[in-house]
Amino acid sequence: MASMAQAIRMALHVGETKLGVTDIFGEDVGAPLGGVFTATQGLKNAWNSPLDERGIIAAAIGLGLAGDRCVAEIQFCDYIFNTIDLLKMAGNTLWASNGQYNMPIVVMTPVGAGIRGSIYHSHSFDALATRLPGWKIVCPSTPLDAYGLMLSAIEDPNPVLYLKPKALMRVRGEELIPGEPADEKTLKAMIDAPVQGDRSSWKAKWPELEEYKVRIGEGKITREGDKATIVSYGRTMPLCNRVADMLREEGTAVEVIDLRSLYPYDWQMIKASVSKTGKVLFVNEDTEVTNFGEHLAYRATTELFYELMARPRVLAGKNLPGIGLHPNLEEASVPHLEDIMHEMRELLAEVP
Amino acid sequence: MPVAMAKSKPAVAPKSVTISNKMTLPKELQKNMLDLMIKSRVLEERLIKVYKTGDSFFWIGGPGEEAFGVSLGLLINKGQGIDHDFLHLHYRASPTLVTLGMSMLDAIRLTMNRATDVSTGGRNFCGHYCYPQWNVTPITSPLTVQYGFAIGTALAQRRRRPKGNRAITIVTGGDAASAEGDFASSLIWASRPGNELPMFITIQNNRWGISTSYDSQHGEKHVSDRAKAFNIRTAVINGNDPIECYLGIQSEMDYIRRSGKPVCAEFEVSRLFGHSSADGANRRQEHDPVPAFEKRIIDQKIMTSAQVKELWDKYEEESVRAADQARSEAGPTRESVWENVYVGNENADWRKF
Repeated sequence: MASMAQAIRMALHVGETKLGVTDIFGEDVGAPLGGVFTATQGLKNAWNSPLDERGIIAAAIGLGLAGDRCVAEIQFCDYIFNTIDLLKMAGNTLWASNGQYNMPIVVMTPVGAGIRGSIYHSHSFDALATRLPGWKIVCPSTPLDAYGLMLSAIEDPNPVLYLKPKALMRVRGEELIPGEPADEKTLKAMIDAPVQGDRSSWKAKWPELEEYKVRIGEGKITREGDKATIVSYGRTMPLCNRVADMLREEGTAVEVIDLRSLYPYDWQMIKASVSKTGKVLFVNEDTEVTNFGEHLAYRATTELFYELMARPRVLAGKNLPGIGLHPNLEEASVPHLEDIMHEMRELLAEVP
Repeated sequence: MPVAMAKSKPAVAPKSVTISNKMTLPKELQKNMLDLMIKSRVLEERLIKVYKTGDSFFWIGGPGEEAFGVSLGLLINKGQGIDHDFLHLHYRASPTLVTLGMSMLDAIRLTMNRATDVSTGGRNFCGHYCYPQWNVTPITSPLTVQYGFAIGTALAQRRRRPKGNRAITIVTGGDAASAEGDFASSLIWASRPGNELPMFITIQNNRWGISTSYDSQHGEKHVSDRAKAFNIRTAVINGNDPIECYLGIQSEMDYIRRSGKPVCAEFEVSRLFGHSSADGANRRQEHDPVPAFEKRIIDQKIMTSAQVKELWDKYEEESVRAADQARSEAGPTRESVWENVYVGNENADWRKF
């Protein structure tokens, strides 16, 4: 099975060969590295930009204005903050021009903790991202969804921010991408650049990939249950699934929703699940004050108030200025398995 | 006394105030240029009146930049799409837009934020034009971002040069705005060895950045001197002289189209009504390029005084008529606020997800 990095790479290959992507660019995106997580290795339209995040986003906007299709990368979301005004403009170009100029660009950036990335390689960006009206925001948690969401993002005529959970980039999936060789070693030999030696003459041998799209705005139920609902996305998704599996072994069926898209988001899926279970926990790792989960909890409270059996809960990262490097510091800062389990046990025990 | 508290020197513009007699252009072209400069000036003065009579919330514009703006407008490879020049303009671009063909009515509708405003649908300020049919990309209030956006359209044009595309990207902005990092970005990205971009990077130096005088901000003699460090060809042009502007822009554009490489050109211009309505929009004592060119044309017997007066009268009447019409038109509806958040009016309201 492909890793998420390989899945994104394959989607970008489909993008540049079938969907008209002209530029895949950013810092270290081109050869020889092909991205710090190797997600852009072997792509013919990938190139290294100046080390200038504002230049990267601005160039992407210009390419969009010219009608070309690009996927730009900010190497870590920790370095996207000085482009906020440009992101706002990308999001308002269609609106401010009264529908005259759309902005068909994709910006991808790794997010979140989990790789011992210290203060400036562990930020999250989902809460801020959802404060950029006019953008669509996606965040996959599996390689197959990463593939399908990237193809949808490329085809979307609006700006799409593609958040890559960096802790999941090397995690392999459980579902084959259509056209992907079943054997991991075969895939690796085809599309991974040699780790050592001269890469200058290396070229990827791409499998015959098929288009598979995940519609932006559509969530996925990853575990079915009727006692409570967990809604999450990105790095914390596999943890939520494990918590549900552990609880099921104890005889408690919990429903888990992988939101996949943060904006637009699949409210109908959340609504149907919470209406059924009466209890909901929203989990993400961005800082907890003015967190996107708070918006969802607010909506659950106001729209589903009379169907709730417990107050909606949000489990998010601590409101700290950064993620400390030492494992003790990181683990105390963002949600882990034990934290999610603790919240779920409290939620399940709550009686109206 | 801290530097920031030091009294700024008055911004006495070291601009050329005479029209060069050594350079010339065909008479018909000069007549056309004067016509467009007068039309632009009348329009800008009408926009100020629209603001001052309470029909608009704000005014910002380009009186004093007519010589530059009209010359630029005349030399653009005008049209829509990648085969034509792309323009990333700032909010003093009325003369260029008038030259491209924008009507006074369009500019006034924008200033009065009417639903009929084609640039923004009543959503943005005066002077924030957007005309895809001429590759005029949306003008924004944040300073200098357009220098970064220009990188992208120039990249798209560079890609097509092997197939004969000679379109270029043009970006305009003020001297003070060059303090923003995006100006440096444009120089860096435009001059990457082997990847040079067909960009006409221009600065309209009116020696002011709202209240910041040129002398209190700039250690460099000319803003365009900064481009020399990147091996970018530079030029300093008297932006008050329409003939020098025309010939200078023509020469630099020819170079960019031929070579595919960038130029950074600085135009020394006037700011005749201050920054915007925020500082009063009152007439300042600076060199005025319109009467100076008018005098030259009359002196050289290209037009008579009476013919020139006819132009002023004609455009004054047009501006009054346009203002009356725009005033009678409706503003955008409250419901329209959700339009065009996403392409095809896809639902953007979370309450309806």
